[in-house]
Formats: sequence, C-alpha cells, structure tokens
Amino acid sequence: MNILLITIVTLIYLIITAFLGYLGWRNTSNATDFLLAGRKTHPFVMAVSYGSTFISTSAIIGFGGAAAVFGMGILWLTFLNIAIGIFIAFVIFGKRTRKMGHNLDAHTFPELIGKRFDSRLLQSASGLMIFIAMPLYAGSVILGGAQFISQTLSISYEAALFSFVTIVAIYVIMGGLKGVLYTDAFQGVIMFVGMFILLVATYYILGGVIDSHRALTNLAPEAVKIWGKMGHTGWTSMPETGSVFWWQLVSTIVLGVGIGVLAQPQLAVRFMTVKSDRELNRGVLIGGVFILMMTGVAFVVGALSNVYFFNHPAFGKISILAVEKKVDNIIPLFINTAMPQWFTALFMVTMLAAAMSTLSAQFHTMGSAFGRDFLEQGINIKTRSTVLTTKLAMGVAIIISTFLAYFLPRFFEQGSAIIAIGTSIFFGLCAATFLPLYFGGLFFKRITKTGALAGFFSGLLAASFWIIFVHTKEAAPLGICKALFGVPTLAGQSTLQFVDPIVIALPVSVIITVVVSIFSKSPDSKHVEKCFAGL
Amino acid sequence: MLGLGSLGVFLAYVMSIIAGALCVVYGLKNWNIPSDSEVEKEVSEEIEWEKRDPENEGGLF
Repeated sequence: MNILLITIVTLIYLIITAFLGYLGWRNTSNATDFLLAGRKTHPFVMAVSYGSTFISTSAIIGFGGAAAVFGMGILWLTFLNIAIGIFIAFVIFGKRTRKMGHNLDAHTFPELIGKRFDSRLLQSASGLMIFIAMPLYAGSVILGGAQFISQTLSISYEAALFSFVTIVAIYVIMGGLKGVLYTDAFQGVIMFVGMFILLVATYYILGGVIDSHRALTNLAPEAVKIWGKMGHTGWTSMPETGSVFWWQLVSTIVLGVGIGVLAQPQLAVRFMTVKSDRELNRGVLIGGVFILMMTGVAFVVGALSNVYFFNHPAFGKISILAVEKKVDNIIPLFINTAMPQWFTALFMVTMLAAAMSTLSAQFHTMGSAFGRDFLEQGINIKTRSTVLTTKLAMGVAIIISTFLAYFLPRFFEQGSAIIAIGTSIFFGLCAATFLPLYFGGLFFKRITKTGALAGFFSGLLAASFWIIFVHTKEAAPLGICKALFGVPTLAGQSTLQFVDPIVIALPVSVIITVVVSIFSKSPDSKHVEKCFAGL
Repeated sequence: MLGLGSLGVFLAYVMSIIAGALCVVYGLKNWNIPSDSEVEKEVSEEIEWEKRDPENEGGLF
C-alpha cells in the first residue's frame, strides 16, 4: 500500500472539507441557520446529505462483510432502503414534516413532535433519549472510522481517533447544519464515485455480471458445509424459512434497519431544511440513485468477494475464512488485494467521507436535542442564545461519544462488543418510541397528547426490555441480564432470542398509541388546525 | 435469472434496481412541481414569518 499517495489524497480531501466547513460558518448568522441551514437548502445538497448521513462506514464495511456471510438475500435491505428510506421517507413523511415543521416553527425533530402534541414533556424526554442513546451509536461510528484510518495510514489508533473527532467537531460546532450539509454533499459525491468504480471493477475482475453471479451460485456447497445446519442454502438463495439465518436476515437486518430509518431524528430534520416540496421531489431522484449505489454495491461486492477469494491462489477459501472470521476485514482485504493502489487511496477517502458525514449529523443532532430540546425548552436552562446553548451541549455530547469509543473497549471486557451494537440499539429505540407518534402526528388529527406520551414510553420500555433481557445480540454483551438472572438471555434456547426488538416493541407502541388516543380527550381543534394548515 | 440461484434473491436484485429507477422517474416527472409561483409565494410568506421569529436573535460566539 502506498502510504504517500494515501496521505496526499487524504490531505487534499481534508483541506476541501475544512473549506466547506468554513463556508458553513461564514453563512451562519442565526438560530435557524445553525439548526436548519436557513431552510433554503439546495435539493442536491439535501438529498446527498441525507444519503451520506444514512450510510456510515459500517454500512459499507460492516454490512458488506455481512453480505459475504448472508449472501445476496441482504439486497432486500437495499430495496427497503430505497423504497422506504428514500421514497416513502421523502414523499410521504418528508413533505408533511416540512410543512408541519414550518407551521409550528420547529427547529429540531423533538421540537416538531413536542409542538405537534403540545407537550414539553414529550420534547424534553425525546431530547434526553437521543442524548443518552445516540453517543453509543456515534461511538460505533467513531470506532469504525478511527480503526479504518489507523490501519490505512499506519498511525496509532489514539491519533486516528482524536484527529478524526476533532476535525468533525470543529466544522459542526462552528458551521452548524450548513457546515454539516456542505461537507456532507462533498463527501457524498466522493462516496458515489468510489462505490461506482468498485462495482464496475468487481464485475470486470470476476468476468461480468452473469458469470460472476453464476460462479457465486456454484459455490453454494461451501456455504452449506459451514452454515447448512443454521439454514444457509448458498449466497444467491434465501436461507430456509424460520431458520436461525432466516431470522437474523429478515428481522435484524431487513426490518431492523430498513424500517428503523424512518424515525431517525438526524434524517427527519433534513426535510425541514428545504424551502418547498419541489426540493423533496428532486431529492427523491438523487437519493434513490445514491442509496442504490451505496448499499447495493456494498452488498453485491461483499457477496461476490467469496468467488474472488475462493479462486485466488493465495487464499483458496471463502471470504470469512480468508479473514479468519473477522467479518469487518472482508471488504478492506478485498480492496487491498483485488484493486489497484490508486483505488485503495480513493476508497480510503470514501470511507473517511462516509464516517465523517454520519458523525457530523450525529454531533449536530445530539447537541440540538440536549441543548435546545432538553435544557432550553424542557427544563428552562438558557444561555445568551439558542446557538450558544446548542454549541455547549454539542461539546458535551462529543466528549461523551469520544470517551465511550476510547475508554469502553479498554477498561471493560465487553466494551468493543457494546459499541458494535450501538447502531442497532439506537435504531430499535427510535423506531419503537418515535415512529408511531411521528406517523400518527403527521397523518391523524385524532392522535392525542396522552396517546403519544403513552406510545413513547411503552415503546421505550418494550424496546429496552427486549434489548437488555431477550435479544442475545445486545443482551449478551450488555451483561445486565447475566448479572441479574445468571443467564445471557431470558429467551433460553428459543428463536425469540434472535427476534429484533423492533418486531416486538413497535407493535406494542402502535397499539398503545392508538388505544390510549381513542379513550383520551380529543385534542384542541384550534391547535390541530394550526398543525395541519396547508396539509 | 442473471445467474442467481433463487427467485427470492433474483427479485431482491431486480427490485432494488427498479426501486432506484422509479425514484428517477418520480423525480423527473415532478421536477418542477410545485411551480415557481407557488414556491415564491411560500418563500415570501416565510421571509415575513422569519422577520417576526423571536428565535432569530443572532448571538453566535
């Protein structure tokens, strides 16, 4: 690997990022600029920023590696990412979110739902939940990004972690959402180009689209040999229905991440940054193509890497065995061995861009949730201005996230495993708590404040219970169930331990929201009219 | 089936591409909806509203 080439490319990338962060700072003069980028964002910038925030390094390296294990059935997630994460999110949720956010003068996602249901409690509880749960998600992005940088640039993990966090922190704190959006758009373009080249090169190396697929299909006995008992049937066919692999693929990966994306506060807030529905219509085109090029390519390349490693004389085995069962190493090893050196440099910057674009949005969302929603609007602690409160809160959130990513793996046996599950914990909590009341609040006038609060807290309770005590993937590394009951999961050996929290907690939250709304006092009609004006 | 081993995976592959293509078609079809005049009306409303917004007190570092 040519360190000099990678260093030069990285430096050029960082200089451009710094310049865009500076532009964000120069063009920010008030709270609306800082929190909502002045509500006049260009559709290209908004859609690419949405996509690049959506896709982190782990979505490409982690899920690409997962595709090398699960196979191309994971492409259902790409379909859901586009159909739900882009089309339904922009067209169905986005337009109403923008209009209602404007009607209610909402500057953040918790403020939107808080004002919709006229509940300071809901706003501050949502802000607090984001502030508590998101650092673990941000910690996993920091950890993934810093590990990748330290390996590629051959620098220490500590140096990689602190320089990575510092650069992102500076442009987020100084440039606010404008700094985030400008840099996201630039980073998104790099990601698109990098993944496009990766797709074309992979198919070219393996002899074309159909031949490479056929070669992967013919490798099926290798998969069945290792995972056949758990339901694996090969990389180009779905696992046996009801098997361990099937549950993991369908519930955790497809449902957990595919639907969970709708209620992500850092994504929903982007709909409030544009001036009209026209930007959202144009954003559908850009976002749809962008996500296809991200997850679609990562999954196809991840699965096809099995053919490459199996036929490579130096390896002669499938991907998971080539990397000694370290799933996260599959995509980097494939890039380093199959691609030319110049592409390794480009891919390094692609991954850096993916990590930075996700992290910047997380920092911004945690800061605004804690500063504006919890401190300022929830418990009435104010500073000279909203922007200053948010910046101070961002500083606190950044320190906590960095602390988690740095110290947890060092001083706690299960630390690395806990951070690795940060993303799924956050997605599960957001879907269970926000989705029913967000959807209900946007579309149904009859959903009441009591119903929304009951749905929020029941979803929080159900998801937390399932994460801590039942779903082995999270319950085992957290260790709380083991400490209290002496077993890693209360589900025993049953398949319940593989069922994602969203499958349980989301229906609970939906039912409670609807039932409590039916039996509680109708909302004030004047307030409802104000929320739904123009909708 | 593009060399893929089962209908389930073939559909996942093709549906992902179709979903992306439909996003392109939707975006192009609605590229100028709502029209300039409607957008301008909304923007001018917003400018008026921004002037009255108590949040815009400035006060960066």
